[in-house]
Amino acid sequence: MAIRFEARGSVHKFGDNIDTDVIIPARYLNSFSEAELASHCMEDIDKEFKNNVKPGDVIVAGKNFGCGSSREHAPISIKASGISCVIAESFARIFYRNAINIGLPIIESAEAAKRIAAGEELEIDFKTGKIKNLSTNEEFLTEPFPEFIRKIIEKGGLLASL
Amino acid sequence: MAMTATQKILAAHAGLREVHAGQLINATLDLVLSNDITAPVAVNEFHKAGFERVFDPSKVVFVLDHFTPNKDIKSAQNCKQLRIFAKEHGIGHFYDVGAMGIEHVLLPEKGLAAPGDLIIGADSHTCTYGALGAFSTGVGSTDAAAGIATGNAWFKVPSAIKVVLTGKPNEDVSGKDVILHLIGLIGVDGARYRSLEFFGDGIQYLSMDDRLCIANMAIECGAKNGIFPVDDVTKTYLKERVSRPYTAYEADADAEYDETIEINLSTLRPTASFPHLPSNTHTIDEIKTQFGKIAIDQAVIGSCTNGRMEDMRIAAAILKNKKTAPGVRVIVIPGSQEVYLGCVREGLAEIFVSAGAAFSTPTCGPCLGGHMGILADGEKCVSTTNRNFVGRMGHTESEVYLASPAVAAYSALRGYICGKEEF
Repeated sequence: MAIRFEARGSVHKFGDNIDTDVIIPARYLNSFSEAELASHCMEDIDKEFKNNVKPGDVIVAGKNFGCGSSREHAPISIKASGISCVIAESFARIFYRNAINIGLPIIESAEAAKRIAAGEELEIDFKTGKIKNLSTNEEFLTEPFPEFIRKIIEKGGLLASL
Repeated sequence: MAMTATQKILAAHAGLREVHAGQLINATLDLVLSNDITAPVAVNEFHKAGFERVFDPSKVVFVLDHFTPNKDIKSAQNCKQLRIFAKEHGIGHFYDVGAMGIEHVLLPEKGLAAPGDLIIGADSHTCTYGALGAFSTGVGSTDAAAGIATGNAWFKVPSAIKVVLTGKPNEDVSGKDVILHLIGLIGVDGARYRSLEFFGDGIQYLSMDDRLCIANMAIECGAKNGIFPVDDVTKTYLKERVSRPYTAYEADADAEYDETIEINLSTLRPTASFPHLPSNTHTIDEIKTQFGKIAIDQAVIGSCTNGRMEDMRIAAAILKNKKTAPGVRVIVIPGSQEVYLGCVREGLAEIFVSAGAAFSTPTCGPCLGGHMGILADGEKCVSTTNRNFVGRMGHTESEVYLASPAVAAYSALRGYICGKEEF
């Protein structure tokens, strides 16, 4: 399944160092059902997230998003929640790889992460790296994916691209 | 062009004479590791992508260590699936209950990691093997699946931080205190995407178990890997474990580093990380003067960070002929069958049980809030594990304080977080 190259949705905002233990607590790692993982996504930091999230929504966070364990269940639970993109000041490296590998688009942009507020509506073009804040009319130009990552995403994930 | 030790290993495995920081490479893998949480996802991806064969069954390791001996039916089903896969594909290194250990204690013991190797593992603490001069790093299940299928993985060549360790540490300072101090200095993302390369005359005073502990927690400051030079301590450790030839890589004298951090080991003090970040560090003296007696409900001694023989010996020496404090649950978990047997043979098992501690079969168990020591709301635990994030060991209102086996053992006796000064 290839990802779409645009996204549109409203923002759920989080702080720095959002670790994979709060994204999907280990007590749920005995399952890899996407629906079940989604039903516990962000549970230990925002109990209402699973009720508030709508398809297409965007997570915007601070530094070092996804730090901690290598559990791929973390990006899977975010993607299965309907989140179309995660924008952060920076990402922990294993989470970054995992997100790309399962086809969850992520954008590293300190400026966008700082200026975008909770509840705002965004439109994102992954081909150009342009983020448009529909609520404030602000635009952020970010680095588009490098060629080899675009290839992985176009093929629908790392394994399909091999 | 001058290269770091990490870059040399990556270049050698990419068939290149040299690589530079930022370069994307495709490299061959010497070993691919996965566990009972990450391997089921990897196996499903492997099948979904239509792969039929493992690239080299002798280079694939499955360790059933996180939720084992199985804590519930779902975990049991996952392990069953892995047993079937391992049998079908002739996985060379399959470690089940009774033979297994916590993966990062087990692999060095079994001689599966050697200097110069390139190892990936679907577990973030795979960076442990840098203690032996290998390049090893944590990945997710999809990367592991691709590695299992093809024997290759892509990497972005990292730049590095040079960490120079000088001086001789005091007796009550261990590898755990060194790495907690470093994480406290640079923060949980201080080495993000980068290598930590260790140098200096202080390394000679660090045992292999100290180094394994330090490299293990490189990920807790965001590092891609942490790597030690290969010296006599390494060679002695490898002598009885690794019979195949290996290559010890040394950084070029003029290799470029983003920054240099110098730590004089002789000035370090026993250190603990307060909730809810490993970088939230305080020395044992600061704890006493600034926080007083932080009462604990539980002490955990074990994990891939501190579940080795030396850790057990340190804890046992402190607990010998003593009783743990009333109301404190003390859980000792040797990191492997070999460590467990060592505890039995050396009489440590008897010391732990006589002191009032629970003595468990190897498991990751409580470290990640899996089983064998989950915390209730409001409870505090001093633990020799590696993470103290919100909810890591149980309830979101519980607290984990990371420390060395010595501090955990002293605290277990007094009932509050302390070092040897309280005795």
